Amino acid sequence: MSAFSAIGEERDVAQDEFTPSIEPQPTWCPGCGDYGVLKALKGAMAELGKNPEEILLCTGIGCSGKLNSYFDSYGFHTIHGRSLPVARAAKLANDGVEVIAAGGDGDGYGIGGNHFIHTARENHDMTYIVFNNEVFGLTKGQTSPTSPKGHKSKTQPNGNAKTPIRPLSMSVTAGASYVARTAAVNPNQAKEIIKEAVQHDGFSHIDFLTQCPTWNKDAKQYVPYVDINDSEDYDFDVHDRRSAQEAMHETEDALYEGTVLTGRYFVDDERPSYQEEKRSRGDMPEGNLAERYFEDGDWERSYDFIDRHA
Amino acid sequence: MTDDELIWRIAGGSGDGIDSTSQNFAKALMRSGLNVFTHRHYPSRIRGGHTYVEIRASSEEVKSRGDGYNFLVALGDSFARNPKEDAYYGEEEIKPLAENLDELREGGVIVYDSGLLDTDEIENFDERVEENGWHVYDVDLRGIAKEHGREIMRNTAGVGVTAALTGLDTSYVEDLMAEAMGGDILDANLNVLHDAYEHVQEEYDADAHDVAVPTGEHDEEQVLVSGSHGIAYGALDEGCRFISGYPMTPWTDVFTILTNLMPDVGGISEQVEDEIAAASLAVGASHAGAKAMSGSSGGGFSLMSEPLGLAEMTETPLVLVEAMRAGPSTGMPTKPEQADLEHVLYTSQGDSHRVVFAPSNPVECYEQTRKAFQLAYDYQIPVMVLYDQKLSGEHRNVPKSTFDEEPNPSLGSTLTEEELEEQPHGETGIYHRFQHEGEEGVSPRSIPGQSGGRYLATGNEHTPEGHISESPSNRVAQVDRRNEKIEAIRENLDADERQREYGETDAEYGVISWGSHSGTVEEAVERLNDDGHSVKGLSVSEMAPFPKELVAEFIESVDDVLVVEMSSTAQFHGLIQKNLGQYGEKLSSLLKYDGNPFEPAEIVEAVEGHGSGEELSSNTRFEAAAGGD
Repeated sequence: MSAFSAIGEERDVAQDEFTPSIEPQPTWCPGCGDYGVLKALKGAMAELGKNPEEILLCTGIGCSGKLNSYFDSYGFHTIHGRSLPVARAAKLANDGVEVIAAGGDGDGYGIGGNHFIHTARENHDMTYIVFNNEVFGLTKGQTSPTSPKGHKSKTQPNGNAKTPIRPLSMSVTAGASYVARTAAVNPNQAKEIIKEAVQHDGFSHIDFLTQCPTWNKDAKQYVPYVDINDSEDYDFDVHDRRSAQEAMHETEDALYEGTVLTGRYFVDDERPSYQEEKRSRGDMPEGNLAERYFEDGDWERSYDFIDRHA
Repeated sequence: MTDDELIWRIAGGSGDGIDSTSQNFAKALMRSGLNVFTHRHYPSRIRGGHTYVEIRASSEEVKSRGDGYNFLVALGDSFARNPKEDAYYGEEEIKPLAENLDELREGGVIVYDSGLLDTDEIENFDERVEENGWHVYDVDLRGIAKEHGREIMRNTAGVGVTAALTGLDTSYVEDLMAEAMGGDILDANLNVLHDAYEHVQEEYDADAHDVAVPTGEHDEEQVLVSGSHGIAYGALDEGCRFISGYPMTPWTDVFTILTNLMPDVGGISEQVEDEIAAASLAVGASHAGAKAMSGSSGGGFSLMSEPLGLAEMTETPLVLVEAMRAGPSTGMPTKPEQADLEHVLYTSQGDSHRVVFAPSNPVECYEQTRKAFQLAYDYQIPVMVLYDQKLSGEHRNVPKSTFDEEPNPSLGSTLTEEELEEQPHGETGIYHRFQHEGEEGVSPRSIPGQSGGRYLATGNEHTPEGHISESPSNRVAQVDRRNEKIEAIRENLDADERQREYGETDAEYGVISWGSHSGTVEEAVERLNDDGHSVKGLSVSEMAPFPKELVAEFIESVDDVLVVEMSSTAQFHGLIQKNLGQYGEKLSSLLKYDGNPFEPAEIVEAVEGHGSGEELSSNTRFEAAAGGD
């Protein structure tokens, strides 16, 4: 019998199960896009039949980091930029757990950028949701890696001299095998994309546009949005890296010109996940590592190897 | 110092293979029944440069490198620079011979590769040989190697010559070669070995000098291990099956040993993008139910401050190792120093706590790493093993039975699903993971995937269920409980002896040291007592929580104390005074920070000249006690 009976438990899961009793009402500002992420995530997990105790939600620091105060599951609210290394190790050590990481654009594309690139490159079997509001919200509106060029803030009083980062292009170049952008104002698409991302075997990256009505008043509310997969104006193959990259490039530029493009951009179902790669090399046990600590059984010891020193 | 000892030094360029040769030679000496201790000196250079390995072998216990040495094998440096670069690098080709002469004892033996080295290029060589009574054997090691195999095999020729000149039975060397290689390579090496051996027997009279391999016998089977092996094996035996890291000298040794073991023991090794990630992965794996470890050296450890604090606040068990090298910044990557002590004790914001062990030899590395895991998983706190470049790489023989211990894969204060049912939960079933009260300050943890165990781990201050809170009463309760763990750990540590006291019990003079050079201090204390002084020593291994009472007793029991450490700012002295401020007038310091480990004679000299104000002969510095004496 498994020491982790919540994993793979077959039962209907209600969306309300993810609403915590302690602080059911989030403290995000009225009109904040973060509500949209929370709602889409709850809906997606319930529809996938994932129960709160088989999910580990790892967040960084920022308004987005409050997500696991309002989503009842196993949670690890880490430090600024570090949700990914914590999350991916948890998945390696206890691979039955559904691991989701989340953070803001400063968290994921700025301070945690190195981890983002390498987690994508390694293609860990997990989902990463980036709350992209083009600004640092919790610290009161400073310019972030996705702020438009010219964006004025207290830390960039003369306007941002930097070109914004291209999150989708960076993600696919680094190696993510599922890349999508959705928006808080589009909850149904968001829910479906989260579901696909969670089910995808490999690193799924969702750039989630979350409007900030408090600190990014000039910015669009991300409406109207266009679903690039449904629109007749756009035609590309999500399984073709080159055409996906062109669509991403266009999408990233369009955002700063007032056109909000969303949808699935790249899906690679062929590439093995990092876990599969490691297992195929004998670099990772076949079974769940954490499970072993709860089972009876013999453990190897250094004495088994000591003759090489004799 | 015993006369009945061989201190064999093989010198060449980085990349000449002297490391593996010396390992095998040390093993051969160990198998012949001797106690051995290796000391490796190498520059922070890719190829070339002055490098040597020294092996001290004796029938007596060997705890340290010696003062100088008595047998040199000088190979030519095959990676010597183009002579045009003399201006910077000097005459590189002769360095294996020229650079090693100062420390060679009177009556010592020199074997040099006449195929590559010309003594005419060394200033006053003949005069120095005569003055010191050295015995010189010029052998064309390269020629012998090339005749039977490849030039690189001149190492083997050097060993063959050594065996012939010191009376070592070559069968020990032959067996080791046969275990390491086969086919044509083995045949070639054996031919080189034998040819070199026979050449010396035919050409020279080996009785002309007094240096010989001593004879000894072990009571039980021995193994040759380094401090890095001790740490890695301690981790393995505690059920550590997750190791994450980023390469950095000298920590890389532990990382490599464990990485190579992991596939055979069902574990996972992760080489990651940086040290922030490395320590964060260990936190993530531990949180999810594995026993995990990470580590680095000073510069890399700087990056681990963040995850270290996170582990403490979320009460996630974490074991980190820190292999010190000379700093600040990149410092001297291949040189030992003990100046990361304060860095390791105090890095990370807030009133932070951790346990820090500082083993002084490979057996202590093994035992204290095991203890580190036990405390980390029982008390849910970061525990560090702090060592240095010296302990990392020096090999010595220890009884094989040291490692004949039961494994302990226990996750400590972690609950099963059945046990979780008995624990308090919130109204919708959130587990009270961080209860205000707990035995010894510990509130047991659950693991993701367990039914009835969900909670939020957060670096923010939090309520029993893990909810973020700034309530003053909750804050005080949580801080007090976390602090209580440190007191409980101090009591737990008092149950065993981890500090080593030696010398004369009722001595007048005390020497306190910590970490890797404690064996050297111990040898110095023995010598001082043999010479009629009254000295005892204390090697401290628990840096935090500090064993105040025991150290106080030691200081009280003597008139004067010398604190010996590899640091220019006397950090360990400072740690003692921080804990035991009343003894300032008793504590003097002996400091060394030139990149080389202490030799016993340096400590002897400092103790003998205590307070005399006389200049010390080596690169050490004496600092008198605050009150002056």
